[in-house]
Amino acid sequence: MSKLSLTINNHKVTTEEGTSILEAARSAGIDIPTLCYHEKLAPRGACRLCLVEITKGQRKRLVTSCVYLAEEGLKIETESEPVVRIRKMLLELMLASSPGVKAIQDYARRYGITRSRFDIEPDFCILCGLCVRYCNEVKGKNAIGFVGRGTNRKVMFFPDIAAEECPKCGECFPLCPTGVIPSNYALAKLPHFTYDNIRL
Amino acid sequence: MPRLKSATDLEARRQEILARRDPKRPCVTICSGTGCHAYGSEKVAQAFAAEIGKNGLKEKVDIRRTGCHGYCERGTIVVIFPQEICYLRVKPEDVPEIIETTLVKGEVVERLLYEGEDAQKIIHEGDIPFYKHQSRIVFGPNRFIDPKSIDDYIARGGYAALAKVLSGMTPEAVLAEVKKANLRGRGGGGFPAGTKWETTRNAPGEPKYVIVNADEGDPGAYMDRSLLEGNPHSVLEGLTIGAYAIGASQGFVYVRQEYPLAVENLNAALEQARDYGLLGKNILGSGFDFDVMVHRGAGAFVSGESSALMTAIEGRVGEPRPKYIRTAISGIWGKPSNLNNVETWATVPLIIDKGADWFSGIGTKGSKGTKIFSLVGKVNNTGLVEVAMGMTLREIIYDIGGGIPGGKKFKAVQTGGPSGGVIPESLINTPVDFDELNKVGSMMGSGGMIVMDEDNCMVDVARYFLNFLSEESCGQCVPCREGIYQMLKILNRICAGQGRSGDIELLEEIAEVVRDASLCALGATAPNPVLSTIKYFRDEYQAHVEERRCPAGVCKELISYYIDPKKCQACLLCLRNCPVEAISGGKNLVHVIDQDKCTKCGACLEVCPTRFGAVVKLSGVPVPEAVSAGTEVKRKTRGEK
Repeated sequence: MSKLSLTINNHKVTTEEGTSILEAARSAGIDIPTLCYHEKLAPRGACRLCLVEITKGQRKRLVTSCVYLAEEGLKIETESEPVVRIRKMLLELMLASSPGVKAIQDYARRYGITRSRFDIEPDFCILCGLCVRYCNEVKGKNAIGFVGRGTNRKVMFFPDIAAEECPKCGECFPLCPTGVIPSNYALAKLPHFTYDNIRL
Repeated sequence: MPRLKSATDLEARRQEILARRDPKRPCVTICSGTGCHAYGSEKVAQAFAAEIGKNGLKEKVDIRRTGCHGYCERGTIVVIFPQEICYLRVKPEDVPEIIETTLVKGEVVERLLYEGEDAQKIIHEGDIPFYKHQSRIVFGPNRFIDPKSIDDYIARGGYAALAKVLSGMTPEAVLAEVKKANLRGRGGGGFPAGTKWETTRNAPGEPKYVIVNADEGDPGAYMDRSLLEGNPHSVLEGLTIGAYAIGASQGFVYVRQEYPLAVENLNAALEQARDYGLLGKNILGSGFDFDVMVHRGAGAFVSGESSALMTAIEGRVGEPRPKYIRTAISGIWGKPSNLNNVETWATVPLIIDKGADWFSGIGTKGSKGTKIFSLVGKVNNTGLVEVAMGMTLREIIYDIGGGIPGGKKFKAVQTGGPSGGVIPESLINTPVDFDELNKVGSMMGSGGMIVMDEDNCMVDVARYFLNFLSEESCGQCVPCREGIYQMLKILNRICAGQGRSGDIELLEEIAEVVRDASLCALGATAPNPVLSTIKYFRDEYQAHVEERRCPAGVCKELISYYIDPKKCQACLLCLRNCPVEAISGGKNLVHVIDQDKCTKCGACLEVCPTRFGAVVKLSGVPVPEAVSAGTEVKRKTRGEK
């Protein structure tokens, strides 16, 4: 692996070829916010919080730092004006849909967002997909997955696989930034609870 | 059928087909595209078959079901060859007269001809104003060809371009020709096809794939559908030429499951092409192997996005992924994959056949050739039109489209599908050209063109498209999922008369973030309908928010219907037509609308005789107090206005 040098927020950073901007920045002690990134998983670029601004020649553009690989001589701004403007809006949008999630509250505080201008419609899951991707990529089981599209997107256990696999695994539980996955699982496992007599 | 083993074999087959066909023999062609099919073209075709049999003309007259002609407004379209007499709006009951008059006596059925403004009858299709201003190089052959007959395609010189390529051109020469023609992708992006092909060709990794994107999903757009239904071989020929240039041996057609006729005709075409040796091993004896698989999409708009489409072909959920490595380099199963839209592929044989210079002689500096648009909405002639790049929107809407129906005023045209933008009247002289449309805040897209008149509310239009996009967003990235949802919520409340001050600015703020931060092009272009309507019709938004008024009278919560007691003649029409019995009154008594019961359907306004004009639509003003029940009408005297 050859070494690359880049400039992140005016600091010289050396990294190895094949490293993402996000990993390079974090290893140099520069934090870029993320919600859908995990070192054990292939980057997905879904939360968009890790967007950074890169300069190539005269051209500036926004890229997803968890996916974009470091290049020799690349100039990167992780807190430029457009980046911060986007992060603030994304956090404000997420505060409306998941106001109670600590990870979002912490980032919101960091960017000076105290309240959302949007109507609060609270949901627990933030759809980061860590559980889904872990089950698929690391365990190869697909006991949990996304269903639906757009705002109807949901994370669901697939009962036939989950009944078989989840009791002996549960490795995705600690990955969940909201705790909703272990909670939902526990609810489904309540003693004396049965679906048998429920008419859905 | 023995396989064709060389270019000479193909030409011999063509001559053989032509020798079998007498150009003077009458042929009834019936448009069987989706539009005409919906009008009942199949019944017309069956009526022709039955009547021709009854008249003992079976040995003398041919019947051919063709692809879409484009003038869908006037279906079912029937053209009688060799005179090329064009009959419009043909119904099964017209068939005996056509046979009697035209096929037996050789005369024309005047009443079924196109009638121009000056009541002049037009016999030939090409002379009808709708067609006269078009340049139908890609779409035109549709009307001569039975899509299920490869012989029809070959008879018109089909597969000659492929033969030319395989018998005497190197892949590099093909690439050079397409690059020289400056063919830009017709699917929306306008990326130069030749450059993309070259990237895939030069990318490391085998095998390489070529793909047809037939996942057309824009509301109101159906040009790819009609091309694939009407002339599937032209798409396959282009795809095969591309595969040869790129070095691919496997192709895919990603076609929507909702296009059953396209799937049917495509599969028939594939089978015939394989039989003829135009697909499969050793095509035309050249040693080049290529075959095509059809992949039917399951109805997701986002699957038209290249990375999502390829993920779907792999058998996974069709969701886009961030692509800093282009799909041309790493696509299906990580292999170099070249994706082009239906229309782009269908244009390729023409470029090879007639040369890059011929092709680049059509169009503008940056956009060459022609583009097919689906011209719909508030326009007299709806249908599919193919025009040379550079034609202005005005020419398309007025010269081809015949202007706005009912003497209404043109307001705007929406181009580029749900992710496109609206273009107001002040910019109606904008030419159709990839770059010019981008400049005015819209885009070419795949060719949707929705004309709007004074009765269209621009806030409502933005809301309609956002509603579509909110349902079609895959939901994996935050700006697209949450941003579109919040924009839609704001638009909904503005339309409901509950807009808050600052809403317009908030919309712009969200729109910019969704545009800049979304993962794929669906999200990045989703704010276009909002941004372009605010840009050109900000006053209309302000009227909704500040005055609670919908200037176009569309948003139900902001309008009221009212009967002017001075004008009401107590004719009982509105009273009887009101579906919710919200109108009281009676003979000689002024009719009054109960505003609490009224559902604002507008039936009363529609039925009130124009000479009375008593029912009015109000917006932004309070409804005048109703007259007391039992008030008698003031009769109009003769001659009084």
